[in-house]
Amino acid sequence: MDNLLSIVTFIPALAAVILALFLRGEDEAAQRNAKWAALFATTITFLVSIGIYTGFDPNNTGFQMVEEREWLLGLKYKMGVDGISVLFVMLTTFIMPLTILASWDVKTRVKEYMIAFLLLETLMLGVFMALDLVLFYLFFEAGLIPMFLIIGIWGGANRIYASFKFFLYTFLGSVLMLVAMVAMFADAGTTDIETLLTHQFASESFSILGIHILGGMQTLLFLAFFASFAVKMPMWPVHTWLPDAHVQAPTAGSVVLAAILLKMGGYGFLRFSLPMFPVGAEVMADLILWMSAIAIVYTSLVAMVQEDMKKLIAYSSVAHMGFVTMGIFAANQQGIDGAIFQMLSHGFISAALFLCVGVIYDRMHTRDIDAYGGLVIRMPAYALVFMFFTMGNVGLPGTSGFVGEFLTLMGVFQVNTWVAAVAATGVIFSAGYALWLYRRVVFGDLIKESLKAITDMNSRERLIFAPLVVMTLLLGVYPALVTDIIGPSTEALISNFDASLAAAGDYAAPKMAASH
Amino acid sequence: METTLLFAPLVGSLLCGFGWKFIGEKAAMWTATGLLFLSALLSWIVFLTFDGHTQTIEILRWIESGSLSTAWQFRLDRLTAIMLIVITTVSSLVHLYSFGYMDHDPQWRPGESYKPRFFAYLSFFTFAMLMLVTSDNLVQMFFGWEGVGVASYLLIGFYYRKPTANAAAMKAFIVNRVGDFGFALGIFALFLLTDSINFSDIFAATPQLDETVVTFLWTDWNAADLIAFLLFVGAMGKSAQLILHTWLPDAMEGPTPVSALIHAATMVTAGVFLVCRMSPLMEYAENATAFITVLGATTAFFAATVGLVQNDIKRVIAYSTCSQLGYMFVAAGVGMYSAAMFHLFTHAFFKAMLFLGAGSVIHAMHHEQDMRNYGGLRKKIPYTFWAMMIGTLAITGVGIPLTTFGFAGFLSKDAIIESAYAGGSSYGFWMLVIAAAMTSFYSWRLIFLTFYGEARGDKHTHDHAHESPMVMLIPLGVLALGAVFSGMLWYKSFFGYTENVAKFYGIPVAEASADSHGGGGDKGDAHAVKFAGKPGEGALYIAPDNHVLDDAHDAPKWVKVSPFIAMLGGLIMALWFYIWNPSMPKRMAENFQPLYQFLLNKWYFDELYDAIFVKPAVALGRFLWKRGDGKTIDGFLNGVAMGIVPFFTRLAGRAQSGFIFTYAFWMVLGIAALVTWMSIGGGAH
Repeated sequence: MDNLLSIVTFIPALAAVILALFLRGEDEAAQRNAKWAALFATTITFLVSIGIYTGFDPNNTGFQMVEEREWLLGLKYKMGVDGISVLFVMLTTFIMPLTILASWDVKTRVKEYMIAFLLLETLMLGVFMALDLVLFYLFFEAGLIPMFLIIGIWGGANRIYASFKFFLYTFLGSVLMLVAMVAMFADAGTTDIETLLTHQFASESFSILGIHILGGMQTLLFLAFFASFAVKMPMWPVHTWLPDAHVQAPTAGSVVLAAILLKMGGYGFLRFSLPMFPVGAEVMADLILWMSAIAIVYTSLVAMVQEDMKKLIAYSSVAHMGFVTMGIFAANQQGIDGAIFQMLSHGFISAALFLCVGVIYDRMHTRDIDAYGGLVIRMPAYALVFMFFTMGNVGLPGTSGFVGEFLTLMGVFQVNTWVAAVAATGVIFSAGYALWLYRRVVFGDLIKESLKAITDMNSRERLIFAPLVVMTLLLGVYPALVTDIIGPSTEALISNFDASLAAAGDYAAPKMAASH
Repeated sequence: METTLLFAPLVGSLLCGFGWKFIGEKAAMWTATGLLFLSALLSWIVFLTFDGHTQTIEILRWIESGSLSTAWQFRLDRLTAIMLIVITTVSSLVHLYSFGYMDHDPQWRPGESYKPRFFAYLSFFTFAMLMLVTSDNLVQMFFGWEGVGVASYLLIGFYYRKPTANAAAMKAFIVNRVGDFGFALGIFALFLLTDSINFSDIFAATPQLDETVVTFLWTDWNAADLIAFLLFVGAMGKSAQLILHTWLPDAMEGPTPVSALIHAATMVTAGVFLVCRMSPLMEYAENATAFITVLGATTAFFAATVGLVQNDIKRVIAYSTCSQLGYMFVAAGVGMYSAAMFHLFTHAFFKAMLFLGAGSVIHAMHHEQDMRNYGGLRKKIPYTFWAMMIGTLAITGVGIPLTTFGFAGFLSKDAIIESAYAGGSSYGFWMLVIAAAMTSFYSWRLIFLTFYGEARGDKHTHDHAHESPMVMLIPLGVLALGAVFSGMLWYKSFFGYTENVAKFYGIPVAEASADSHGGGGDKGDAHAVKFAGKPGEGALYIAPDNHVLDDAHDAPKWVKVSPFIAMLGGLIMALWFYIWNPSMPKRMAENFQPLYQFLLNKWYFDELYDAIFVKPAVALGRFLWKRGDGKTIDGFLNGVAMGIVPFFTRLAGRAQSGFIFTYAFWMVLGIAALVTWMSIGGGAH
């Protein structure tokens, strides 16, 4: 199939359009139809996307299944996957049916809700496949809108504040990226990502307004992209939108946000920042490593004192993303393999943790940790699942959470032992906040009157968790499933990175002594 | 066979934990127990038929990234074989014992099913522990290391209704994580310097490590010392050595069979195992091993002092465990790994028995654990009494001085004390001798308070004290055999002449030249051999200049009898305090109130840690949240947003009417439709 990628990308959008045009009414039957249609569409998308996985050749480090067409205004529509992006595509198609299942109890504006999720899926898939700057930007930015709507319409009490904070934060970051893209087009004369990857941007240092800019043009471009991706990750200190967004988002919104949307930042670093602006990345690497280490410690400490379950998990997400940025900017095989692995693993584990919150939120309509306690007595199956993912979250070996943390730390240890040591304290803190949460919610005696009649997970909920449990264990025990695919592409990325750095030569000759 | 041995407990755990609803509680528990006995049987076969050659069995690929390549792979050598029998023997007996001990547990309400869960955890623990000791690389070891940590966490917090149990479980996990932090950094450093974390590669590279200088944090280090030290930090956590010991006494919140299996015989010895496993590295890490010796000796002393005054029967034994682990580290620190393993081996039997015996007492006394409420139980529970007696004779080290005839602890503990002397650590030697006296005192104190004198405490409980059922007594009997004979049977292998030890561990030997060692000639030609393996050959590496084994055998007579004298001293003090003059302890406590409080409160470690780590961390977290995230970051952003606030609020006002959302919604839909049309439709021409 020549246009498999496009088919996968646009099945959800097609379903959304069909829903919008042909589904009428707000009665129960219409709601049911909307849910089943969305579930059907996302499941089909996943099944078709398996073709991408099986058709992918890991040893080919270039882009595969490339599609290229003329598009409006002389722009190009170009899609393709490589070892870095293909698993993100799979993660997206894998998670989406689960989010639809998790939304089964949504009661208001069900049709629109499903349309929003379906569109979101198309846009997210587009981000991971686009091989043209303009197309990428379109998907990247348009993806904001459905998420903005999901939080703003189906969110909690304070949803307006959260959705605007989310929107402004990410949007402001993106404006800078747009400027950089224009500059890139001006310099390279193309918006084709494949070509841009081989283009050498100028890296001679220069001064603007008396500020010496090490790495020149590359550093500026790097910073512009960084502004956007750092917010998306999110990195400390531009992370404060995430806890608010998570708290206000409906469960499925949180799942998509944590599992997939956050990965766009990391993906962006690997697709653009590192390979296109190696000198800029090199100049900024130390700072970013430290920001990552601070993020891990800072947000772990903050997570420890949270009283809202979702906020706690949101902060824990920021800490886990700290490992990702740290691994990426260690810029070695273990670091980057680990970063990609950590993103995928976090996709399963954080999704499951937000779903865990969703399970009891649906029953008790509160996320207050203090409102719970002793759930294990009435909900043993829930306790088991929650324990499993808590352990995944603290990076227990044998779960996927371990592999990413271990590899990123190992990668950064080779570059900077201080950062590695500071970041490694994260494994202590994560045990602290995760077990403390679990203890307060699940353990203890069940004495609160309101909880006395709480019921264990139903079969729909169990069905949602089952694939996540399987993936978390499978990747923890047999990570070669991932590393075999990403390994060769990572290797190519690093050798190109090192070669470009060497080619750029003494970009920083006058300042070299000072900066190292 | 080896694979069956390893996975039987995992299968048992899964069948028991998930299958009990289908096959019933009893059947599930017997399945888990049966599979463990199978595992134990196979372990003994492996141990007794092991020929000294290291074997490896690969199961599955694991973490691979660039030059890092690890697999799920088993390494079978003498060290592993020793651990296999310790783990599976104690574990299978504990499974059996739990049938009796966990029956009708008053912590649970009628109708609550807790037993299959307990057995599943026990079996899971055993699996993780087996993974730890059979690992062929450090990451798989780390898997087992953290796996046993989780099992320990689940079992300490088994009574999840009790807040103290939950707190203890968390504490155990987190303190262990502090150790794991060091362990992980050690692994990273090894990979950085040797480009591998598989044992065979690491061991081959250790001589170079000794000559490498590596920059870590603020300064330069000798690579061997640095790595050995970092790995030892992990061992400190798992083996509850000073600084990271605070979790072990609290871990007694778990059911008693758990304390016997995890917190006495197996998991806590993992640190000792790690140091012995890394002997090719330790032999080159002079400073790190000196640190290990000093810390081990200090822990042995510290824990013994605290054990003197505790009143909870399980806590006394817990501190005793902590102290005995210190002994093992001293042996490993001075380079006598075999003596460390010897004590690990014998200690597993007698300490497990002491715990199971204590469990039997607790069972008899309706879950009363305070020794002040015991007394005069000798006649009520005679079998338990004799078992505890044998355990005490073993731990205090009763035997005939200057011979190899005595209880298990007599041989292994004396081996360590002689090694400490021979290894040149006079601090270690004296600390251990003093600790031996205290060990004797608190062990006999436990016996006297529990089984002798008048019945104190609740009369009704005492009248109804009953001997435990056979399922609990049989494990005691089997362990008693170990406590009596394991020392004498395997003395030669662990601490005999060089040739015996070398044969046991599969270490190559060479003829000793006449001048290689002064004492070597005395023993005649038959024993004139020396260790000649390269790092990685055989289960242990003994450097050519390590003569501790010979020197220990040649230690002066006063050194050899000193532990025995210390033991007698402790016994006499205990007799004086608790039999001849029972008012003595109270008077002493009153006269030395500050010292007594200091010991009773465990040197105030918990309070200290709470003040310098826990409270500040929470306060800092709050500060960063409210001030950092709230005031500074969001405050700054709100300030920036001030310029567009009027616009912002107008927008928000409209948003609430829902209008803007509808608008945005259709906009997105339009874009999506456009892109769809362009790509699908546009592709046609």
